[in-house]
Parts: sequence; C-alpha cells; structure tokens
Amino acid sequence: MEITLLFLPLIASIISGFFGKYIGDRNSEIVTSLFVSISAILALILFYNVIFNHYENNIVVASWINSGTLNVNWSIKVDALSSVMLVVVTFISSLVHIYSIGYMSHDPHKTRFMAYLSLFTFAMLTLVTADNFLQLFFGWEGVGLCSYFLIGFWFKKDSANAAAIKAFVVNRVGDFGFALGIFLIFYLFGTVNYSEVFEQVPQIIDKKLLFLGIYIKAIDLICILLFIGAMGKSAQFFLHTWLPDAMEGPTPVSALIHAATMVTAGVFLVVRCSPIFEYSPLTLNIITIIGMTTAFFAATVALVQTDIKKIIAYSTCSQLGYMFFAAGVGAYNVAMFHLFTHAFFKALLFLGSGSVIHSFKEEQNINEMGAVYKKLPYTWILMIIGTLALTGFPFLSGFYSKEAIIEFAYLRGNTVGYYAVGVGIFTALLTSIYSWRLIFKTFHGSYNNKKLKIEQMQESPIVMLLPLIILSLGAIFAGFLFKDLFIGHGGENHFWGESIKFLNPLSTEHPPLWIVLTTPILVILSIPISYYLFVKNKEIPNWFANSNKPIYNFLVNKWYFDELYNVIFVQFSKKIGLYFWKVFDVKIIDRFGPDGISSLIKNLSIKASKFQTGFIYQYAFMILLGFSALLTFLILN
Amino acid sequence: MNFPILSSLILLPLIGTLFLLFSKDKDYQNTSTMKYVALFTSFVNFLISIYLWYLFDSSTSSFQFIEDKEWLKGFINYKVGIDGISILFIILTTFITSLCIISVNNSIKYRLRDFLIAILIMESLMIGVFCSLDLVIFYLFFEAGLIPMFLMIGIWGGARRVYSAFKFFLYTLLGSVLMLVAIISIYWMSGTTDIVQLYELGIDTKYQNLLWLAFFSSFAVKTPMWPVHTWLPDAHVEAPTAGSVILAAILLKMAGYGFIRFSLGLFPVASELFTPLVYTLSLIAIVYTSLVALMQEDMKKLIAYSSVAHMGFVTLGIFTITQQGIEGSIIQMISHGLISAALFLCVGVVYDRVHSRLIKTYGGLVSVMPKYSILFMLFTLAAIGLPGTSGFVGEFLILMGAFKDNFLVAAIASLGVIFAAAYMLWLYRRVIFGNLTNKNLLQIPDLDNSEKFILWCLAIPVLFFGFYPEPLINTIEISVKDLIEMYNFNLNMNMTEVKNNG
Repeated sequence: MEITLLFLPLIASIISGFFGKYIGDRNSEIVTSLFVSISAILALILFYNVIFNHYENNIVVASWINSGTLNVNWSIKVDALSSVMLVVVTFISSLVHIYSIGYMSHDPHKTRFMAYLSLFTFAMLTLVTADNFLQLFFGWEGVGLCSYFLIGFWFKKDSANAAAIKAFVVNRVGDFGFALGIFLIFYLFGTVNYSEVFEQVPQIIDKKLLFLGIYIKAIDLICILLFIGAMGKSAQFFLHTWLPDAMEGPTPVSALIHAATMVTAGVFLVVRCSPIFEYSPLTLNIITIIGMTTAFFAATVALVQTDIKKIIAYSTCSQLGYMFFAAGVGAYNVAMFHLFTHAFFKALLFLGSGSVIHSFKEEQNINEMGAVYKKLPYTWILMIIGTLALTGFPFLSGFYSKEAIIEFAYLRGNTVGYYAVGVGIFTALLTSIYSWRLIFKTFHGSYNNKKLKIEQMQESPIVMLLPLIILSLGAIFAGFLFKDLFIGHGGENHFWGESIKFLNPLSTEHPPLWIVLTTPILVILSIPISYYLFVKNKEIPNWFANSNKPIYNFLVNKWYFDELYNVIFVQFSKKIGLYFWKVFDVKIIDRFGPDGISSLIKNLSIKASKFQTGFIYQYAFMILLGFSALLTFLILN
Repeated sequence: MNFPILSSLILLPLIGTLFLLFSKDKDYQNTSTMKYVALFTSFVNFLISIYLWYLFDSSTSSFQFIEDKEWLKGFINYKVGIDGISILFIILTTFITSLCIISVNNSIKYRLRDFLIAILIMESLMIGVFCSLDLVIFYLFFEAGLIPMFLMIGIWGGARRVYSAFKFFLYTLLGSVLMLVAIISIYWMSGTTDIVQLYELGIDTKYQNLLWLAFFSSFAVKTPMWPVHTWLPDAHVEAPTAGSVILAAILLKMAGYGFIRFSLGLFPVASELFTPLVYTLSLIAIVYTSLVALMQEDMKKLIAYSSVAHMGFVTLGIFTITQQGIEGSIIQMISHGLISAALFLCVGVVYDRVHSRLIKTYGGLVSVMPKYSILFMLFTLAAIGLPGTSGFVGEFLILMGAFKDNFLVAAIASLGVIFAAAYMLWLYRRVIFGNLTNKNLLQIPDLDNSEKFILWCLAIPVLFFGFYPEPLINTIEISVKDLIEMYNFNLNMNMTEVKNNG
C-alpha cells in the first residue's frame, strides 16, 4: 500500500509529462488528479491505522549507494510523524490538482503543469518517508527542483525566471549547511540511517570538535548545520528572501508548495531529528530566536504590502516562524500541530486569493480591488473563514495551535521562552491586522479597478470552489478534532510514539489565565479596529505612513534585505568573477605563462638570429672574442 | 584468458582507420560510407568493452586480462591489463567515441575522412592509456594522444584555432617532459618500468617527492588544475564539437586516472606530504573557476570553466585517500564524462544552426526547440549535481570523504555546489527561457533524430547511475579498497622505518 501511495504521483507525472500530448489536456488533468486523490485516500487509511493500531513500517524498496561503510537504501518509513505529513501532502495536493483544472483552464501548457505538480508530490513523499538523511536530501532537492520549475512556469516572464533561480540558489545555501550536517553525521556515527544515528546520539554528547581554532560541541554543530538547511527551505530570517518572489508562480503552486507542504519541510526536519536536537539546548534557543524573529519580521512587512499574494506569502513566512519557535521550546508536537492546521487555512487563503485574482483577470494589487463581496460571495466567505482560522479566532483550527505554541513557550520557563511569548502575542495581533486589511481592501470599501467593470466580475467555477469548501472545513474543524491527538495532555503522548523524542516530558501544568485569554481578546478586538482603519477611516493609516516615512519605507522595502544581498553577494560575486577572468587568467597567468614563455622564446630567437649576419669579419671577431675568453679562463686557472 | 581482448580493443580502431585510408575523400558521395565504417568500428569496440565488463571479475583487485609481450628486449615489455579502476574508463572511451562519430554529421564540413581517422586513432590511444601496465607504454599512449587532438583543434577548429592548438600542445607537452624524466629515473633506480612490479618493490622514499612532482606537473596540466588551466577554455572554444566532447569526456580523465594509478600507487609518502598542496589547488579551482564561469559570455567557455571546477572536485576526492573520496572521484569522472559531453553536444546543436556560441545571441529557445530544452535542462541539473543524477553521487561521496579528512576543506568545496547552481541555471535561463528576440532563431528546427538519439544515450546513464550507482561502485569497490590498504601499508612501513632510523 505504501508503495502504491508513493509511486502513483510519479506515474501520474510521467503519464502527463511524456504522454500528455497524446492523451490530451483533459485526460492528463483527470489522470493526475485521480492518481493523487487515490494516494490521498491511501494516506488517510494509513493515518487511521497509525492512530488506532499504532501501525509502523519501514519498507526497503531498493539499495541506493553502498560505498565503504556508507549504506543507503531507498525506503519508505511510516510512523506517526510521516503519516501526518503524508496526509497533509497528498490531501492538499489532490485538492490543488483539482483546483488547477479550473485555474489553469486558459493556459496552453496544462499537461506540463500537472506533471510538475504530481512530480512535486512524489518528491515531497520521498522526503517525508525517508528513513535516512540521504533520501531526505534527495526529496529535499527534488521538491526544490519542482519549486524551481513551477515558479518559472511562465518562462517568458523575466521576473518569474529570476525568482525561480533566486529560489533555487538561496535554497542551495541552506542545502550547503544541510549537506555539511549530513557529512558530519556520517563522520561521527558512520551511518546516515535515522534509527542508527538516533541510537548513538547519547554517546557523543560530550564530544567536541576543533573548528576554525575553536572547540565546539559536535552535537551543537550538527544541529546548527541541519537547521541552516531547514532555514533555507522554510524561508526563515536571512534565507527568507526567495519566498515572496516565489509568488511569481501560478497561485495553485503557491498554495501547495509555498504554503502547505514544501516550506514546512524545514519544520519536519527539525521534528524528525528531535532525538538530536533535544541534546542541544544551544541550537534550540537559536531556533526559538530565529523563529520568533521571522514571525515578527514577516508580520511587519505584511502590514504594508499591496500584492495580495505577497501578503499571504509573508504571512506564511511568519507562521513558519511560529512553528520553529514551537519546536525551539521543545514542543515538537505543537509545531507539527500548527503545521497541520496551517496547511488547511493557508492553502485555503492562497486558493481563495487565486480565485480573486482569477476573477479580476490576473490583477494582484489589493489597491485595485474592493467592494466585490457581493459579486464573489463564496470566495468572500471562504476567505473570511481562512482569515479567522489564521488569526486564531476562538475555536477555529488556528486558535488551538497558536494558543498551544504560546502556552508551551510560557511553560518552558526560561528567558527565551518568556521573550517568545511576548513576541508571539504581539505578532498574533499584527497577523490579525494585516489579514483583515487584506479582506477589507479586497472585498469591501469602494471599487477601485479601472480596467474591469464591476459588472464583469464573475465568481469562479465550481471546480475551483469545491476544493476551497473542503479546505474550509479543515480550517474550521481540524484544530478542534485533532487537538487531543496531537497535543493532548494525557501524560505521555501515545500518538507520536517513538517518532518524536522528548528528553524531558512536556509540562502538563496549566498556564495562567491571562496568557490563555490575551491572544483571543486581541484577535477579536482587532477586527473592528481594522474595519475602522481600512474601510471607514482610511486617513489614519495614510497619515501614519506619511508621518513615519522612514519606518514605512523600511517595511515596504522588506527591511532592505534584497538590496543588501544584491550588493553583498550577487554584485560582489560577479565583480570578483570578472576580475579573476579578465585580470588573473588573462593578464597574469596567460601573460606570464604560455604567452609569456612563447614570446620570450621568440624574442630570444630573434636576438640569436641577429648573430647570423653573414659578414665574415663579424664572425672572425666573435671567434677572436671567444678564443681570448677561453684563453683568459685557462690562464687564470 | 588466451584471447588478447585488450589488444584487440586497442587495435580495432586502427584497423578501421586502415579501411578509411583506402576511401577517397574527394567526392562527397562517400561520406556516409566512411561514417558507417567508422561507426561500425567504434560500435564493435563498444560492444567488446561491454563484454569485457561482463567478463570482468570485480571480486579481486589484481590486474586481469594481462598480456605481456617483450618489446624492447630486456628493457620494455608491452604489458596491458585492467583492474576495477581502469575498466570504467575504457567503457567510457568506447561509448563516447561511438557517439562522437554519430555526431559529426553537421559540424565537420571538410576532410571528414581525416577527422574520422583522428577520432579512431584517439580512441586506440586512450584505451591504451587506461590499460597499460608499463610506465613507458603508458607514457607513449599518454603523449601520442596529444597529436590527434592537436590536429582536431588546429584543422577543424574555429577562428583562433592555431593559437589554441599550440597553447594546448605546449602546455601539455611541457608538463609531460618532466614525467618522462621521472620515468627514466625510475627505470634506473628500480630496473623496471612494470607497474605491477613497481607496486611490489616500492620506490625509495628519498626520491619520491621529486618524482611525485614530476608526475604531478604532467597530470596537473591535463586535469587541468589551477593555475595551469588556461589552455582548456581556449582549446574548447576553438575545437569542433566532437573534439570538445572527446577532450572533456576522455582526455581530462587521463590525469585523474594517472593520479590514482601512479601518484597514490607509487608514491604514497610523497602523496601524503603534498596532499595540502592538492587540496589548496583544488579548492582554488572550485571557487575561482566557478566565479569565472559565472561571468562568461561564451557558452563553450562557460562549460569549459565549469569542467575545471568539476575536475577540482575529482582531485580533491582522490587525495582524501578515503573509500568514499576515491570512489566518488571515479564516479564523478565517469559522470562528468557523460555530462560534459552532453553539454558540449548541446552547445554544438545550436551552434550548427545559428553559428554563434555567444549567450546573448540566444534566449527563448524553448518556444522553438522544446525537446532540446528538456534535454538541456536535464544535463544542466546533472551538472549542478542534483540528487537522482550521477553528478550527485560523485560529488556527494567526494565531499563526504573530504569531510572525514578536513572539515574546512569540505565546507569550502561545498560552496562550489552553490556556485554551480548559479552559473548553470543562469546560463540556461539566458539561452532557453525568456522571449525570443533574435529573429534568426524563429526558423530553427528542433533536434533531429540523430541528435535526439545521442543526447538520450547520454541522458539514460546519467539518470540510471544517479538512482542506481551500484554497478559502478561494485566494479571499483575492491580495487579502491586494496589501493587504500596498500597506500596505508606503505605509509606505515615508512613511518616505522623513519622511527627506527631516527
């Protein structure tokens, strides 16, 4: 069953990619959607088995690399952790496949698009079902590749191509850390298989390595390196710059890859490696700090963006930050819970915004929208459900997971934890404000689009709305239904079993009431406030932006990260490359090397040939000179 | 094994050459016949080499299929034989040669017969290099290989072909002269140039350093390592497509093979001493040439520079003296042979149509050449070293081996992986994606059948060995293991000797 689950998307991808032109667009769409949906059903069955029968399995499909002591297999590992990911990936993926049938209906390259989507699903599945770091890396790069293809899907757009390369290269920076982490693991443990590595971890806790002249704890180094990989994939602070640009891709891609699945791979990695991270308090603190910085940073930037997809992208970035700081405070199960709920409401928001963009004929600027809630009633309601869930409105899915993150951060009881609580609550408020800003500017107020008349607005077709409705059910109920399973307080947690390691069992105390109540109250209060700010009295935000120009510009320009990186890395590399080529290679190596030698020989030969003048008296003179020199030499000796 | 299978591999292309010599080059009626003769010869050779692989016993590291004939009485024997390390290179040679002969269709406009002869002679010589078990024989094959290449660049090359041909020739000859001196002195010291015997005898520690440097000067130029790499971009740019392919895919591999067979095998003490030197040069090659590649305007030059970077990984891996490092290097060489061949062929495809190698000429090719775009993408990704391609297996094993030895070295080398992504994807974007602005490109046809066939022939092993490198690793495993054991054994012997003396 697991093998079927895993390979159906690959088969679908091959059929659509290579035979798409023979079987036609519609058939490709049906095949890919159907196959991935079957995978989703199998994943649900598996999930059911894991929940109720504690099913676990590790299938070896084939061997991959065997070199010396390095033995790596292609395998499918099913446990609680991977089963959750399987459900999220296949479920969201199948909905996105179906949605794409509607969304991409005017695109000439439908089969290629569907093939990429299915291929992505396959890569993501190999990532989550790996039983060793190398296969994880394979999936890791595989999803990165599909993301590259899909961001640059509209290959004629220069901005899309640039964004695709940026995404790939920035991710490579993360992979650089990740790969080094894998090397270090292999160096220390002699294996890259999870179970063997995790077993040996306690034995090397005190081992120190000499690195650049300083001794550093091996375990800290491993964790930091792995986390760098996670930062790249999950767009955390410093390596986040690719995610907003990735919105150049078609919207279903943003929903699937850049919201629900691929970007959460980093979180998955940290949770999967909890048996290592648990022994490195230093790294856990770093993760918490990076996580909350990202959460805060992205939320502030989202406040002032005007591109509907970029707002949601920054929101994703911010929510990923939440997941990381949950993992950082040791609440891995809570991180997974937020990952799970987030997948539903963020995919819902993205697909909803896709529906809006579709209706507005590819318009993405929220200042060009407004007042269409009557025209797009379903999209409007579904987007509001998504927003409520995202902001953590009581009893929707985001509420449970976000509350839990803040509670556990508080219960962690150290400085970083308390700090995280403060940032977490404040960011929750910001989240609420920017999310409602998006809703109000898009659907309420006055109609601002000049190209399109409001009468022309049309609700999206049912094939696009249906996935939204299913996702909205998830956004409403997922938190409530799965709360006890994921983060239940019943002493030790049965569901996760061996897949997550807690060195110290999570605290089961109840946090003080004010912690529990602050966020929901802020979230509820922010709705009327946002309504007032962005619909009733637009002067206040404008006035605020004008009177604080530097801050406003700082936020609009995303804290100037792109500009900074452009100067430090891109321009610098180009300059130094040019210098090496034009100056070092040509002017130094070639000039003094081969060209130098050959011209030297040439010049010497020319000089030498001057001796051969043909005049007898010159020769005679030379003979005389030579003879006298020889004579002098002999006499002196 | 009585049948001289290795000698027949070496001789067969020469026999093909003989047939070609009898054909007339004047009238162009004969071109297809000549091509079929050459193709048939090289294809039979390829089949024989595959059969050889089938016969090959990978459970032992001792040399197999040995032929030992007296050549210069009491002085030099013609001795050939293979082990797990050499066999893969032989197959690579026969495989790439066959594909090259198919590919000459469009690119060679005149003196086709001579070109085919050059390719076939090249094939003989390269096979000779990879299976000779005598230093003198090795040297002969190694140096003779320069001549057909020199002619290929000099006769069928581009505008600056003479400059490039001479640069190529002088550079490589200069390095090799020192190797010849070293070989002669080895003969005077040990009384033999038989590699198997030399392995057993060992070489006096006193002279190892100098001899190592002499061999190194030859191999470093051929690899090429920084700072003696500048001939490669020039040679590639001017060489015809098939020449570039042979140069990148096979000729460069002689040096890597030489490092493993001779530097490690004969001079372990010196190798240990000079490892930091090799590391430094390899790291410079990786970072430096990657940055240079980023800024290239000429497609062939870009790929040439990326070759230097990839070969930097190879030399790095070899001198880690770890199982993973050396196996990685061999796999990297094989996979680079396939990938760089494919990339040069990809450039050749558009060059034949538009006659420009400049990146800025192109852009938007995906709309007119979709099939080409797919294959080019595949090889681009393989050059980047994406998992699932053979490039990944090699690079990853090398870095893993390097990590065992030195953290910092592995970290710096890994930077190359980031740069590779940048320059290859940027190249691809500028050539394939974007809007089609150049009017000349509107009419160009997509891949024809023979081009498709060649590129898929290269793509399939790249993917296959990416997912399942076992056949390669199994073949080389024992040989590499014993090589490392011998290396460490000699090193320890020497250490104890030094201790006893001191």
